[in-house]
Amino acid sequence: MKLIQAIIKPFKLDEVKEALIELGIQGMTVTEVKGFGRQKGHKETYRGTEYQIEFVPKIKLEIAVVDSRVNEALEAITRAAKTGSIGDGKIFVTELQSIIRIRTGETGEGAV
Amino acid sequence: MFLYQLHKIGLCFSMVVIFGALSISSACAEEIAKINEGNTSWVLTSSALVLAMIVPGLALFYGGMVRSKNVLSTMMHSFISICIVSVVWVFWGYSLAFGPDVSGIIGGLDMMGLAGVGPEPSEGSTIPHMAFMVFQLMFAAITVALISGAIAERIKFSAFVLFATLWVTLIYAPLAHWVWGGGWLAGLGELDFAGGTVVHISSGVAALTCALVLGKRSGYGTDNMSPHNLPFTIIGAGLLWVGWFGFNAGSALAADGIASSAFVATQVAAAAGALAWLGVEWGYRGTPTMLGAASGAVAGLVAITPAAGFVGPVSAILIGFGGGAICYLGVFLKNKMGYDDALDVLGIHGIGGTWGALATGLFASVGGGTGLFFGNPGQVLIQAIGVGATWIFAGLGTFVILKIVDALVGLRVSKEEEVLGLDLTQHSERAYG
Repeated sequence: MKLIQAIIKPFKLDEVKEALIELGIQGMTVTEVKGFGRQKGHKETYRGTEYQIEFVPKIKLEIAVVDSRVNEALEAITRAAKTGSIGDGKIFVTELQSIIRIRTGETGEGAV
Repeated sequence: MFLYQLHKIGLCFSMVVIFGALSISSACAEEIAKINEGNTSWVLTSSALVLAMIVPGLALFYGGMVRSKNVLSTMMHSFISICIVSVVWVFWGYSLAFGPDVSGIIGGLDMMGLAGVGPEPSEGSTIPHMAFMVFQLMFAAITVALISGAIAERIKFSAFVLFATLWVTLIYAPLAHWVWGGGWLAGLGELDFAGGTVVHISSGVAALTCALVLGKRSGYGTDNMSPHNLPFTIIGAGLLWVGWFGFNAGSALAADGIASSAFVATQVAAAAGALAWLGVEWGYRGTPTMLGAASGAVAGLVAITPAAGFVGPVSAILIGFGGGAICYLGVFLKNKMGYDDALDVLGIHGIGGTWGALATGLFASVGGGTGLFFGNPGQVLIQAIGVGATWIFAGLGTFVILKIVDALVGLRVSKEEEVLGLDLTQHSERAYG
C-alpha cells in the first residue's frame, strides 16, 4: 500500500477528484495548505505598497491506494493537475505500513 | 408632506371661518413661510446620510484595511467618535462653533447645552435651528473619525477617547467657526461649500501629525500589513459615496437648485476620481486594483467637497479627476517619506482637500462663487490663505493635544500588546473564529 500526497493548484481540485473517482478511488482527504517551490510566491500591491507573498495557497490531497493501482492513480493526478506552467505542484509517494477502518476494525488492503 | 401642508392651510382657513379673525390667519401664513418643510426634510435626511458615512461607512472602509487582529478596535474608533462628539456638541461644541462670534476666532458660550437652539429657524434660515445643529454635529463627528485611520493598529483606546474630546473642542469647533460660523475666513470670502478645509484638510493634517508623533507600527516595512478584508473596504467606500450626497448636497441647507447641482457634481467627481486613480495605477504599476478604484472615488469626493455647490458638472469632473490622480501621488509620497499614516488619511483627505480648496478658487462659477477661470483671480489667493491657515492651525494644535494626551494617559500600546492586536488587548474581544 502506498500513501499518495499531491500538492496541486487549488482550481485543479475538481478535475483531479473526477479523474480519481473515474478510476474507482473511494476516498480522499483534502487540506488547504500554503507553500512555495520554484514558483516563489507572488506580489500583491495595496495602494502602491508591494508585498511579496512567499507562501502560495495550494491544495494537499491525500489518498491511500493498493500497490497495483499506484501507477494509474499517479498518472490520473498528473494528467488532471497539469497546466504546463510553473507552480503545478508535486506528488509524494510513501510506503504505507497499515490502515485501520475505525468502524469495522478491518485492517490492511481491505481497509483501503 | 403635500397633504400635511394642505391640512395646515385647511386648518388656517377653518380658523379664519370660525373666528373671523384675520390676525390668526396671517400668523399661520407666516409660520408656513418661515419653516420650509422640503428644506427641513432634506437636511434631516442628509444628517442621517452623513451618520451612515461614519457608521457603518467609515468603520467598514477603515476596518477592512487593517489586519484581522485590529478590525474591532478600528471600527470602534469610528463608532466612539460619533458617541463622544454627539455629547460634546450639545454641551459646548456647537456653541464654540456657531455661537455669537468672538473676534472672528471662536463662538461664544451662549449656546452651551443648546440654550436658545430650538425648533424655530434661526434668522435668515428656512429650517429649524435644531436641524442645522444636528447636521453640523455629524460633520464634527466624521472629521474626528477620519483622523483615526492614521493611528490605527497602535493607539491606546483611552488615548483616543481623550484625543477625540480635546480635538473636536479645540481644533474642529474653531475651524468650523472660521468658515461657517461667521469667523474671519468667512469674512475674507473663502469658499468652502461642504468642508474641504474644515473637514478634510483639518483631519488630513491632524492625521499626519498623529502619524509623526506616534511613530510607525512595529514591523512597518517588514511585516505584511495588507488589508484583511477588502470587500469590507469596498462596501464602506460605497456607503461613503452614498452618504456624501447628504454631506455635499445637504450643505445647500435647502432642497433646491444648488442642492441638485451639488448632487450632480458629487456624483461625477467621484466617478472621475476613481477613473483617474485607476488610470495612473494601471499605467504605473501595470494592474488596476479594486482598492484603487475605491480610494480614487473617495479622493474625488474629497476634492469636490469644497466646490460642490459652486461648480458645473464639467468642472466637477476635472476636479474629481485631479483629486484621483493627485491623491495617488499623495499615497505614493507616504511610501517614499516613510511616515506611517496607516490608512492614508493625509494622502487622501489632506492632499485631496487641499487640491479641492484651491480648485474651488479656479473653477467656481455658480451659487455665488467666482473663480480664476471665470474672471476672479483673487479667489485663489483667498482659498490659499484658508488652506494655509488650516494646515498650520490643525498641525500645531494637534501636536499640542497629542503631547497633553501622552502626558496624561500615554499614546501607544506596548509592543507586546501591539503584536497581540488591539482587539484583544484594548477590548478583550476577537472579530473572527
